[in-house]
Amino acid sequence: MVEIRTKSLKGRVGRVDRQRSRIGSWLQGALLPLVGFVALWELVVRLLEYPSFILPTPGRVWRSFLTLAGDGTLWRHLATTVGEVLAGLALGTTVAFGLGFVLSRSRTLERLVAPYLVASQSIPVVAIAPLLVIWFGAGATSKILLSALIALFPILVSSVSGLRGVNPEMRDLMRSYQATRWQTFTKLELPAALPMILSGVKVGATLSVIGAVVGELAGSDRGLGFLVKQGQGIYDTALMFVAVIALVVMAMSLYGLVALVERRLLAWYE
Amino acid sequence: MLAGGHHTGGSPAVMSVAHLSHTFTSREGDVEVLADISFQVAPSEFLCLVGPSGCGKSTLLRMMAGLLPPEQGEVRLNGRLLTGPQRQIGIVHQQPNLMPWRSVRENVVLPLELAGIPRDEGVRRADDLITLVGLADFCGARPRNLSGGMAQRVAVARALIHDPEILLLDEPFGALDAMTRERMGGELLRIWRVRRKTVVMVTHSIQEAVLLADRVLVLSPSPGRVRQIFDVPMSRPRDLAAQFSPEFGELAGRVRSAIG
Repeated sequence: MVEIRTKSLKGRVGRVDRQRSRIGSWLQGALLPLVGFVALWELVVRLLEYPSFILPTPGRVWRSFLTLAGDGTLWRHLATTVGEVLAGLALGTTVAFGLGFVLSRSRTLERLVAPYLVASQSIPVVAIAPLLVIWFGAGATSKILLSALIALFPILVSSVSGLRGVNPEMRDLMRSYQATRWQTFTKLELPAALPMILSGVKVGATLSVIGAVVGELAGSDRGLGFLVKQGQGIYDTALMFVAVIALVVMAMSLYGLVALVERRLLAWYE
Repeated sequence: MLAGGHHTGGSPAVMSVAHLSHTFTSREGDVEVLADISFQVAPSEFLCLVGPSGCGKSTLLRMMAGLLPPEQGEVRLNGRLLTGPQRQIGIVHQQPNLMPWRSVRENVVLPLELAGIPRDEGVRRADDLITLVGLADFCGARPRNLSGGMAQRVAVARALIHDPEILLLDEPFGALDAMTRERMGGELLRIWRVRRKTVVMVTHSIQEAVLLADRVLVLSPSPGRVRQIFDVPMSRPRDLAAQFSPEFGELAGRVRSAIG
């Protein structure tokens, strides 16, 4: 026991160390090109003398950021989009998992429904966004729906294969213990399928940002997508840059958040 | 001294299998896997089923566990017709099939947890069994930190937790290396001696069958039929050294030739 404890403790410490150094090298690896890129950007604008409404300098973008952050505009729009994305992702995950659960039970049903699901995936979100805005208004609802719609598919697919992948011998064992359906679901199927489901949620998380922004572009009066459109209308490219960068940071944070939840929930899984 | 007393004449059988036949339907056509299988298992008996691969041993065991309804024939547990899975039947597969997200203790407790037995009683019974299989120091360990042999011991402990009347083992040591396998055989004998369970074990190894069993039932290749049943007259308790005796060699030889 003692031996095993120290071993696993050592393992954990080693893992943390490795993780820290991995994050360190990742930062170095990612930061260096970024600095180079910003420098090149500044240089290109100065040398080629682009007007700032075509391509603003990084400095200009930075000043625009400070103004927007200072008067709270950026945070207000960010909060709107974050809210839409989180609600959309939650809705998409719930529906996808429920649907995935039903489809994993029946091959026949899957054969019936699958073509329509695939077909629905081939419709570009951009094309149905205006429709949803007409149906559900310019408020948050249409954005949440678009966000959920686009996140649905990867989560659905991963849920179905996760639930299908549950070891049949383990199912036999659960039957021999006379587990109820609910017990089999909560104690075997859900934990066994969780790694797959969460990897689908990770993909869905980044997609859900796209859904919300497309919705905002199609018609809204708030959100980061709206900010981009506003910038376009008044040729304030610096504003557009700020909004786009905020979107990137937001999508990455969301991905990181899901990855964090994943690591928490799947500490047993290696 | 002799294990011959395990014939079903005296005490009523724990499990009786009568005229079991089974056919799998596939796209290529029907495959008959079991044909008219009948035998009985006496209380506290250790019965080994041996046969070439594809003789339907695992199918037979699933039927004996009530997991697969027989197309023809019947299985009775203590005289009652078996119509579905029972808690009185413990199962161990070739793979330990532990839940990787649960500790050793939580894995062993699981069947009791599902049956709604109070937590502290469950943990007490689980810890007793984990001690019995020699893993007292590993109650809190995760399955991924266990060796193959250790994980299989946990599976045995879990199969014993409902205090089943019969233990069905489907090639339980088939995935282990030869050394571990031999040690696990000895370990199983020890547990069997302590708990006095009725055991039916499927194995590929004639050595293992003759060393462990009271009777060895040889199945023919597809479709599986009962070809011959051997009594193993060697005295108990047996240890690993028993397999070097002349009578062991002679019996193993006869089992070998019965398989064909």
